[in-house]
Amino acid sequence: MTIALVRLDDRLIHGQVVIGWGQPLNVRFIVLVDDEVRASPWEQDLYRMGVPSHIDVVFASVEEAGHRLSEWLGSDQVGILLTGNVDSLATLCAGSGLKKVNIGGVHHRAGRTERLRYVYLTDDEASKLRRLAETGIEVTAQDVPTARAVPLAEFT
Amino acid sequence: MSEPLRGVVISHAGLAEALVAAVRAITGVSDALVPVSNEGCDQPALQERIAQAMGSGPAVLFIDLPGGSCLTSAVRYARQGGAEVAVVTGVNLAMLLDFVFHREVTPADAARRAADAGGKAIRLPPAA
Repeated sequence: MTIALVRLDDRLIHGQVVIGWGQPLNVRFIVLVDDEVRASPWEQDLYRMGVPSHIDVVFASVEEAGHRLSEWLGSDQVGILLTGNVDSLATLCAGSGLKKVNIGGVHHRAGRTERLRYVYLTDDEASKLRRLAETGIEVTAQDVPTARAVPLAEFT
Repeated sequence: MSEPLRGVVISHAGLAEALVAAVRAITGVSDALVPVSNEGCDQPALQERIAQAMGSGPAVLFIDLPGGSCLTSAVRYARQGGAEVAVVTGVNLAMLLDFVFHREVTPADAARRAADAGGKAIRLPPAA
């Protein structure tokens, strides 16, 4: 077993992750990679509230995640790794050996345009995702497991 | 209290709107609750929707789940200060029906009462 899902989702831990993906994957741990949340105990408590007690939640900065990624990939449990922005995702993926990345939700913000119902990207973010794909990582968008995995080329 | 207590119901998809419509249909009260959906929002955008729904007065934020984007956005908003606010999770119709008739209290007291009313509505009646 290993990290079964590496997901870009600006809502971080929420229903689609814990229930939508967590149930069918039988997830036992979630790694939330976010520098701000890593430094905020009350936000960590808040995110833990949405997770059943049989699932461990690990909070990591981007730097910590880079150091511990191989540990999580080698786990005998199934996990999900989450981060909320493209730059963090790109940093995590660099030289990591990760094979697949899921774009789960990037919502509207000034400068972003709609690419899919649940994916809004600036041109710069789209370009960074394409560069990620060029390194051999399969990048698809899929909000929930029952939806079609949309290849990056179809929305950037 | 100078302003009447308002309830803001925050949910996934269309649940909040449906709950508020149901309260209006049952009670005829139409000025106590405002629905907010998280549809299409990241957390800053959802906080902005919550701020607009709250207005400037005291409020109770009713959240669908005890975790997730609706809760995190609501608590982040509440921690910013400003208006007096309390947060309740696990919103159901029974707690909202009780709330609309008991708004002459502080948000914290209203939230405690709502949680109690909502919890008491969950029962296991004998099957027919």
